[in-house]
Amino acid sequence: MNKIQKELQNRILILDGAMGTMLQRYKFSEEDFRGERFKDFHKSVQGNNDLLSITQPQAIAEIHSKYFAAGADIVETNTFSSTTIAMADYDMQDLVYELNFESAKIAKKVADEFTSKEPNKPRFVAGAMGPTNKTASMSPDVNDPGFRAISFEELRVAYKQQAEALIDGGVDLLLVETIFDTLNAKAALFAIDEIKEERNLDIPIMISGTITDASGRTLSGQTAEAFLISISHIPLLSVGFNCALGAKQLTPHLEVIANRTNLAVSAYPNAGLPNAFGEYDESPEQMASQVKEYLDKQLVNIIGGCCGTTPEHIKAIAEIASKYKPRPVFNSENAAV
Amino acid sequence: MKTENKKYLKLSGLEPLIITPESNFINVGERTNVAGSKKFLRLIKERNFEEALSVAREQVENGAQIIDVNMDDGLIDGKEAMVKFLNLVVAEPDISRVPIMIDSSKWEIIEAGLQVVQGKCVVNSISLKEGEAEFINHAKLIKRYGAAVIVMAFDETGQADNYERRTEIAKRSYDILVNQVRFAPEDIIFDLNIFPVATGMDEHRRNAIDFIEATRWVRENLPHVSVSGGVSNVSFSFRGNDPVREAMHSVFLYHAIQAGMNMGIVNPAMLEVYDDIPKDLLERVEDVMLDRREDATERLLDFAENVVGKSKESKIDLSWREEPLQNRITRALVKGIDEFILEDIEEARQSVSKPIEVIEGHLMTGMNVVGDLFGSGKMFLPQVVKSARVMKKAVAYLLPYIEKAKKDLTEKSPQPPKGEKAELVPPLGARGTDSAGRILMATVKGDVHDIGKNIVGVVLACNNYEIIDLGVMVPPEKIIATAKEQNVDAIGLSGLITPSLDEMVFLAKEMQRQNFTVPLLIGGATTSRAHTAVKIDPEYECAVVHINDASRAVTVVGDLLKKETSEAYKENIKKEYETFRKDFLKRQKVKTYLPISEARKNKFQIDWNSSEIVKPNKLGVHVLKDFDLNILLDYLDWTPFFRSWELHGRYPNILTDEIVGEQASELFEDAKKMLHKINSEKLLEARAVFGIFEANTVNDDDIEVVPLTPKGGTILGAPPSGDGGTFRTLRQQSQKAKGKPNLALADFIAPKESGIRDYIGCFCVSAGFGTAELAAKYVAEHDDYNAIMVKALADRLAEAFAEYLHKEVRTNYWGYASEENLSNEDLISEKYKGIRPAPGYPACPDHLEKRTIWELLKVKENIGVELTEHMAMWPAASVSGYYFANPEARYFGLGKIKEDQVEDFAKRKNMNLEEATNWLKTNLAD
Repeated sequence: MNKIQKELQNRILILDGAMGTMLQRYKFSEEDFRGERFKDFHKSVQGNNDLLSITQPQAIAEIHSKYFAAGADIVETNTFSSTTIAMADYDMQDLVYELNFESAKIAKKVADEFTSKEPNKPRFVAGAMGPTNKTASMSPDVNDPGFRAISFEELRVAYKQQAEALIDGGVDLLLVETIFDTLNAKAALFAIDEIKEERNLDIPIMISGTITDASGRTLSGQTAEAFLISISHIPLLSVGFNCALGAKQLTPHLEVIANRTNLAVSAYPNAGLPNAFGEYDESPEQMASQVKEYLDKQLVNIIGGCCGTTPEHIKAIAEIASKYKPRPVFNSENAAV
Repeated sequence: MKTENKKYLKLSGLEPLIITPESNFINVGERTNVAGSKKFLRLIKERNFEEALSVAREQVENGAQIIDVNMDDGLIDGKEAMVKFLNLVVAEPDISRVPIMIDSSKWEIIEAGLQVVQGKCVVNSISLKEGEAEFINHAKLIKRYGAAVIVMAFDETGQADNYERRTEIAKRSYDILVNQVRFAPEDIIFDLNIFPVATGMDEHRRNAIDFIEATRWVRENLPHVSVSGGVSNVSFSFRGNDPVREAMHSVFLYHAIQAGMNMGIVNPAMLEVYDDIPKDLLERVEDVMLDRREDATERLLDFAENVVGKSKESKIDLSWREEPLQNRITRALVKGIDEFILEDIEEARQSVSKPIEVIEGHLMTGMNVVGDLFGSGKMFLPQVVKSARVMKKAVAYLLPYIEKAKKDLTEKSPQPPKGEKAELVPPLGARGTDSAGRILMATVKGDVHDIGKNIVGVVLACNNYEIIDLGVMVPPEKIIATAKEQNVDAIGLSGLITPSLDEMVFLAKEMQRQNFTVPLLIGGATTSRAHTAVKIDPEYECAVVHINDASRAVTVVGDLLKKETSEAYKENIKKEYETFRKDFLKRQKVKTYLPISEARKNKFQIDWNSSEIVKPNKLGVHVLKDFDLNILLDYLDWTPFFRSWELHGRYPNILTDEIVGEQASELFEDAKKMLHKINSEKLLEARAVFGIFEANTVNDDDIEVVPLTPKGGTILGAPPSGDGGTFRTLRQQSQKAKGKPNLALADFIAPKESGIRDYIGCFCVSAGFGTAELAAKYVAEHDDYNAIMVKALADRLAEAFAEYLHKEVRTNYWGYASEENLSNEDLISEKYKGIRPAPGYPACPDHLEKRTIWELLKVKENIGVELTEHMAMWPAASVSGYYFANPEARYFGLGKIKEDQVEDFAKRKNMNLEEATNWLKTNLAD
């Protein structure tokens, strides 16, 4: 049993909140995004948040440390879009290794500082692996349902590169997240499983899907339970959901998962549903009161926030979670038979 | 819960498929296999993928739980075709909901397939044929792709063709997979090779029994695995003789499943029901399968020549159509399938001497099954209503024959017994010689709500009661007269608005006066056990029972009418209500009330100088007609919709509820279909009228509205006549805890003497135009299910319209909350600022104020919604109420009031005391 699994036996672990929401507060300009190194880059890079790990590393470190200070046990690296597939929008495919490696290093350094101050509360870094902006089992062209903009093989290669760089940069675990197409996630799992074999390495994996609406299905149409079955072939640390819904709307789907798996269960919902301006305005107190339902029902082992959440939200969640015992986890299930 | 502890084969398409020891045999569809279907091969060769998809869809519709896809053909680029076809399948949710079996002898085709499917597939197949190294390599990749695997009993020396080889290869494959590859054992499925029997060759004689015995060994010795196979192989030597093949398949499966075969490829059209195989044929087939006799093959061959081939044309799984007549009729009723009912009924009719016997025999037998399933919680209300739809069709078909038979009879003999007059409504279980009882049902005078009543009617009819439904707004004289004339066994009254309660009391008195003895049933949203026990029961010496749940109706009516239980039940219920009444009255006395003058002194105080009063943007009366129903869809509150069908739970959780989830989802789908139809064909019209006026409170409890003088034009509003223009509100009179006010709605409007200009709004919305016609059309088609559906949806749309309009008023017309931003859920939980109480509801239970609303808004003239004599709105799917904008306004319940307030109210209303007392009776404290 590795360190994080041990922690999971004893308490509910807190994941951080949104990176993007926090970065907005800095109001970085195009020049800030470019920094010295990319001042002559041929394309606009404003909005490429992952690039800030190279051009504004102090801001990224500051956000990580705010989340740790708020009570997070795990922070996610600033690498949601750091694959060749997603970086193609900015013509920055060549930077992918560096983006992941540097992001991992920044987060790990902050985590280590907190751990050394508080050795009885070790902090962890999860290498964030987003869904990319292409889907392997849906056609972007309504007139040609058989068409695919990306193949499993292309995804596997891209994810493998990302995961290797994250591991090289020192992450403690990998988090395949915001999964709206299970086939993309399966390509990521395939790549990670290859790395584990090649490097003879046992790195924990968290999986987090996204239920897009009240139908209770992923964007690619799977029910929560079908999703769970489709990703259970690789040993996992946890499975759960994030994004798209607020804490309240996520409850029934978490129940489906929690009742059907012995893996740890994770949840990091948005701060409510977006209002008419696309903003998430659920207050920390409101969100924490919703999260209380998860805790009362013993649904989760790992909990944090997605879009719109801030260190204040995480603080409120961490406070309430500290009063509860974690959902029982049976680790025997993780070991391959 | 923790099923994960057990190792079950779990697969997924868009939906899960979990195979447990309790699962029935899993049927794998094989029509999408170029080796198994000539048609599919041709379609793929012609690259007609569109039609190839429909082959897949048909299979799933016919019950295939997994579809096998195979593109192995010399003239096809198998890899390209597999990817292309699977990509298209994945885009069709009605196909891809089931898991896919990727079937090929070429690894590159299998791998290409695995790369395009998100769910957990089955690979068909791998084996030790090419040695251990390749076997291990492929198994590792399959594991990494996340699929289950079929392992063929095949090794380096060839295919296993006897018991020992099958078990030996299975054991070896299992050990390698589980111990070396670390493949999950529950993801392993063995195909132990089904070979033909009765080929005439001695070495084939044990083909079936060896498979069966090897299956048993594998399931007992290799933990967690499944066993599969292609069944049609076994009967290969009888090609062309379908009856024999079908019998062979059934016999083989019967024994193989017992031994542990839990999935396989079976053509459901090529199966006989084991119990239906003729004894002589069964014996010969079993002799062959189980290798019981030396001459088994010859005896079967001889016999087979006498079995004439019959053709089956079933496309969907219509194997049930081959069952005996009664089974077919029962199934049609239980499943709610009306497709074949008329032909079955005709067949039944020809088999009996009198057409009525079909109803009493065949149909009742089926409906009893429905009743039992419903009673034991295995069927839910929407299904039962669908069953009733089939039943009604059948009865409607039989009625002319029954009438004719009756006529023939009367010509020969004198009068038929017991008031056999023409039926008022074609009864569901048309009056047979022994219908369980005849029940009159009506929504009482002045009330128009009938959804619940119709449901109870349908459910009772399903249980062999004859229902005489007098509809809505039925005057008491008509109920009494019909009850006598038709000699009914019970009377059921329904109502939703509060004045209906008095109407029920009146009817009870009337029944007593006219010496009725039949039970009186009370139901409807506004009724209660308390009201029934306290107000209705004492008026009638015979049984009065409150029923607010259709599923209870059957038991209650049964207990009331069955000879064996009737007396005891009636006696019990009388006693029960009496005890309840005594307790209730005892509790009542504890409450103390303030004189109305005192209550007024303790009114709710708003500091009017600092209170936020927003001047409305658009004063006056506004009319919306032919409103776009699509806009209302976002405002629907589905929870009450499910409740009206007696499915309890909150939306959307109810859709995934363990007990009612499936039914709720089905109902939800039907509702969405109906909504779509209503919208696209413009079957219902929604209209609204609303107004915002200057207003002030006068004399504590009255709200004086300043009507606008009409600016000409066509929009009608005010000036009202008579009492109109002033809303009379009622004030709580019960003694409150210190510091708690005695509320009246008037408290939320600034008093005139404050000198502050305040405002009030009122509205009426309806989504009911067209409802009655549409429902009637469905009823005429014997489709109560959709008739009830239309009404239930119209009610929801009206409520949604009220919600929508209130929001528009808050943010736009009045604009006192223009910055508001609330989700539908927030709206449902009343998080908005201000309130919209409705006359007849707790804050203002007096229905009379609707008249004032009608006058102020000219509701009838503007949008055509009318008030009945008891102040129910017609069409029924309508909502009316007030708008109060003050941030301190809140919903409350009036509770009981005293005579002094009623007297005062009568004076204010300029109405005689008796009339006022009548209207407020249900709120009067005793």
